Amino acid sequence: MARVTYLEAIHQAQKEEMARDKSVFIMGEDVRCNVFGTTTGFVDQFGEERVRDTPISENGFIGAAGGAAMVGMRPIVDATISSFLFPAMDQICSIIAKSRYIYGGQARLPLVIRSCLFYGNSNAAQHSDRPYSMFMNMPGLKIIAPSNASDMKGLLKAAIRSDDPVLSFEDSTCWMAKGEVSDDVDHVIPLGKGDIKREGSDLTIIGVAGGVNVALNAAKKLAEEGISAEVIDPRTLVPLDRELILQSVRKTGRAICVDPAHMTCSAASEIAATIVEHAFDALRGPVVRVTTPDTHLPFSPHIEKPLYPSVERIVDAARRIIGAERAVPA
Amino acid sequence: MTTTGENDPRLEKYRRMQRIRQFEAKAEAIHAAGEIPGALHTYAGMEASGVGACIALRDDDYMVGTHRSHGHPIAKGAKLRPLMAELLGKVTGICKGKGGSMHLSDFSMGSLGETSIVGSGGPVAAGAALGAKLQGLDRVALCFFGDGASSEGAIHEGMNLAAVWSLPAIFVCENNRFGMSTPTDKAVAGANVADRAHGYGIPGVIVDGQDVDAVEAAVREAVDRARAGKGPTLIETKTYRYGDHAVNMGRELTPRGPEHDDWVARDPITIYRKRLVEAGVADADLDAIDSAIADEVADALQFARDSDYPVFAEAFDHVFVDRLPIPADVSAHA
Ligand SMILES: Cc1ncc(C[n+]2csc(CCOP(=O)(O)OP(=O)(O)O)c2C)c(N)n1
Ligand SMILES: [Mg+2]
Repeated sequence: MARVTYLEAIHQAQKEEMARDKSVFIMGEDVRCNVFGTTTGFVDQFGEERVRDTPISENGFIGAAGGAAMVGMRPIVDATISSFLFPAMDQICSIIAKSRYIYGGQARLPLVIRSCLFYGNSNAAQHSDRPYSMFMNMPGLKIIAPSNASDMKGLLKAAIRSDDPVLSFEDSTCWMAKGEVSDDVDHVIPLGKGDIKREGSDLTIIGVAGGVNVALNAAKKLAEEGISAEVIDPRTLVPLDRELILQSVRKTGRAICVDPAHMTCSAASEIAATIVEHAFDALRGPVVRVTTPDTHLPFSPHIEKPLYPSVERIVDAARRIIGAERAVPA
Repeated sequence: MTTTGENDPRLEKYRRMQRIRQFEAKAEAIHAAGEIPGALHTYAGMEASGVGACIALRDDDYMVGTHRSHGHPIAKGAKLRPLMAELLGKVTGICKGKGGSMHLSDFSMGSLGETSIVGSGGPVAAGAALGAKLQGLDRVALCFFGDGASSEGAIHEGMNLAAVWSLPAIFVCENNRFGMSTPTDKAVAGANVADRAHGYGIPGVIVDGQDVDAVEAAVREAVDRARAGKGPTLIETKTYRYGDHAVNMGRELTPRGPEHDDWVARDPITIYRKRLVEAGVADADLDAIDSAIADEVADALQFARDSDYPVFAEAFDHVFVDRLPIPADVSAHA
């Protein structure tokens, strides 16, 4: 165990898996010069064939990762910022997600497409996307969205070892946060297994990606008011650990879904729908989404920051749900 | 050489072209009768392009094709039964009934997909070539694409990647003069798709797509080059499809000019048969091949007809490596 940052956890996961398995290689724009610090020392250790700088050609090299995977390699693509997945929607949705299915199981596509959620820092609308829910609506892609260093490492290792294509969405608001991370090479967190980040009894807050950390801070605040919030981190969006979420809501009877993505068809929407559909009897109030409104993200920090889920918005939502119920005469 | 033995490679080219022609003639007929669901894009007229290219490949070389997917697998040597069963949507189909006419891809023959998103095979072929290179194998990856597909960015990205990394890839543009209803000269800037090779610093070759030997020679040279680590080649086969974009649509999409008859007069199978006969192959031997293939096609169709449809759970298999459960509310009515 050592305390390392989220970015260092990515570095360790990639390094350990590349050392373990010769079929793993990494490619992306400027990976050799190591812009974010996740490929430090890779060229020296693994050589230029396995650490490949690509042309600025997302559809080309992401599709090529699909082709390489089909012939037995295990590519990791570092697509840097998740907004840059859009030019590659063609290969991600039509080739990578569907080839196994459409050819009746003849194809196998073990690859990981990594990209970060680069919001909250005045990068304006074209660089600030959180597009995971767009891919949740496309069968055939597994999706991880870790919220801390230990989960990041364990889930990325699972993703690299998975025989299915996995999209890794790495929240830049978590990059510098340190956490205890195992140095066991087999520290692998199974895809599809959520985690209870804080136990509570009055209310369940389900957080997505960096939304988990906002939810944890809100839970502390709520505790001061005597409200006990449980915080659930699904960690993987596909497959989604619906059972863990439902169990918690059946216990607390109340749910808030916190997601930094835009509201409509967000991961939060899917989680809320799941709760309403399968735990309706347990609900003691409305299921509320705390998300980013359906507007673009502006450059000016004064108007950007208030758009994201915040401790204040979550606390307000919690008070509203609990207050609404208490207002009903007995 | 005038041998006409079973394994005469000249006869194999004839056999494969004839197999495509007869397989599709049967498919078109039963499609018209309503036995095949969905669209059927035939390859008739283009057989020399596919067979010439594939005959220059080894069994373990990779190939990526298109929505016009019947010709490529047969050209590469695939068996007919699973292909016909796929057209009928049967579980014995090559894709277990989940791909259909646009996706006849036989991975056991080195295929990595017949993809119906126009142009989307380019990056896949580049990636397969990269995989082969990283694994130290001397395999090559060949990408078929259409004249219409040449305008897609994915094709450009695939070729650029293959060229800049010197990958063992061969890009074969099958220019059949139309993308759906649109003539090539209304969609493709410059006289030839092959001319674009110069932009990548790779060889660009134009070949008579109705001459199976010419296509084979061009692709062999490209394959040798690729195996020698010298990078990709772009080959444009000038060819023609006889049928409409897809058959039995009730309405012609492709405008036909007077050159239609000239193309049909240069039928690739007729041209090659004549060449074989001139080289001493007996007409009777070729007739025997024709009738043996008619039997193969009939056998494939019988096999397809005798096969079962997939069980409903198949709709949930192969999304991931592990089969998905069938949602209860759906299974109740399936
Ligand atoms: C990305 C995409 N755009 C449009 C289509 C619809 N479409 C199917 S085939 C076709 C024409 C393709 O022309 P070409 O590449 O020349 O191949 P051909 O059909 O002539 O063999 C079109 C437009 C598609 N399948 N995929
Ligand atoms: Mg065409």
